[in-house]
Amino acid sequence: MDRKIRVLVAKLGLDAHDRGAKVIARAYRDAGFEVIYTGLYQRPEQVAEAAIQEDVDVVAISSLAGAHNTLIPELIRHLREQGADDVLVLAGGVIPEDDIPFLKEQGVAGIFGPGSDLDEIIEFTRQNVRRV
Amino acid sequence: MQIYERFIQGDRRALARAITLAENGAPEATALIRDVFGRTGRAHVIGVTGPPGAGKSTLVDRLAVALRARGRTVAIVAVDPSSPFSGGAILGDRIRMQHSLADPGIFMRSLASRGHLGGLSLATADVVLLLDAFGFDVILVETVGAGQSEVEIMGLAHTTLVVLVPGLGDDIQAIKAGILEIGDVFAVNKADREGADRTVTEIEMMLDLGHVGEPGMNRWPQDARVPAAAGYQGLERLDPRGHHADLHALPEGVARGPAAATGLMTAAMRHTAARHGLPAPGAISWRPPVVRTVARDDRGTEELVDRLLEHLAFLRESGRWDARLRLDAEARLRELVSLYATRAVLGRASESGDLERLAGAVAAREVDPYTAAETLLSRHLGEPPG
Repeated sequence: MDRKIRVLVAKLGLDAHDRGAKVIARAYRDAGFEVIYTGLYQRPEQVAEAAIQEDVDVVAISSLAGAHNTLIPELIRHLREQGADDVLVLAGGVIPEDDIPFLKEQGVAGIFGPGSDLDEIIEFTRQNVRRV
Repeated sequence: MQIYERFIQGDRRALARAITLAENGAPEATALIRDVFGRTGRAHVIGVTGPPGAGKSTLVDRLAVALRARGRTVAIVAVDPSSPFSGGAILGDRIRMQHSLADPGIFMRSLASRGHLGGLSLATADVVLLLDAFGFDVILVETVGAGQSEVEIMGLAHTTLVVLVPGLGDDIQAIKAGILEIGDVFAVNKADREGADRTVTEIEMMLDLGHVGEPGMNRWPQDARVPAAAGYQGLERLDPRGHHADLHALPEGVARGPAAATGLMTAAMRHTAARHGLPAPGAISWRPPVVRTVARDDRGTEELVDRLLEHLAFLRESGRWDARLRLDAEARLRELVSLYATRAVLGRASESGDLERLAGAVAAREVDPYTAAETLLSRHLGEPPG
């Protein structure tokens, strides 16, 4: 049985900077993951729906516009409402230190700021994927 | 709750999970397909293929919205290539499908090709079965960007839509023998660009020459029971030695122009069909229409949907829909029997040590490989695996 880890890489809300998202998508691809990239300006419920249809193991949100404290918990709420609470949620981009405890409390498993090591992110993802 | 119950109740998460299992070749997927197979055979499967960058995803987006507006439920499957190095993939078709994906009624799934060639992934046929069983009226299957030989989609789709763009120029000639042969409907996308008229003309000219008779049957070129389907190649297969005199005159006919060539081909095909006791070509025929579209601006979409639905009506009215179900069933059975038989024989031959022993004998030139294979078959072709 050929099991692939599937990752949804998404940008939420009014945030046009997707270079980081593309870099991480590429890194996941090169690590042998299947990456679904949804493009810009997604609403939390759209991303949750895409995560369900694509049956992903991981949702990786790239945020550079400062709305992470609103949009990411909203996304997690939608995932839980639809019974997809086994999906690993990660966040990256520009997220101030002070916001990290709040986001983790909301259910974000890992947060990777600027300068994060790609190998480390991939290893973290592999180790924390919840589904067997 | 079991995946079967949830699937039957219309739980989209169960459908999504079932697709993953099918992709991974999991036994649970086979079990589920056994259970839901009786519900399949209803969906209209439309394949969308064409070169990279032709606008397939954008066009699929528009088609899905237009089909929904006509009261159909729609699922989309889009295949993108896997990396030959890492085995990973970036599946980006959702980016171009923002209009249709805003509709919660549309289910969309991205598949990676996982090393399979031919334009689809190995699991795509099972994924389509699952979506069919789930109850979608139309399933749009987008292939990877196709070149000349990615024609596998014609075996899966009832209607194959080939998407081209202006400016391919001589490439039209180059791909003539490949994907251009499999189109039931053609779209010339980005038709607001220079050269669109020329592209349309080139396709029409190709159809004039290459699709005499019943081009709609082109999708079954390997089957001798559908003669008119395959044009010249079909004639050769059906009638390898006794080519009709009209066919011998073909090169000359071509020199005299398309009309003369068409006449000669039609005569030759009628002759061959009669020899084999088959319906005369041209009795009910489908000439692939060519539609201009600008998917970005949603232009030409309605006309394209009309043509796709007309092709479905044509398949049903001409009896091809039912013929297709039988041919598909037989093809699938052949495939599975050969898979199971191979597994059974090789499994037992390897367990008993016969395989290794005979391989050694062949290597030492004590026995030839044909005799060795026959020995293995006669000893181990017993009951199928449980």
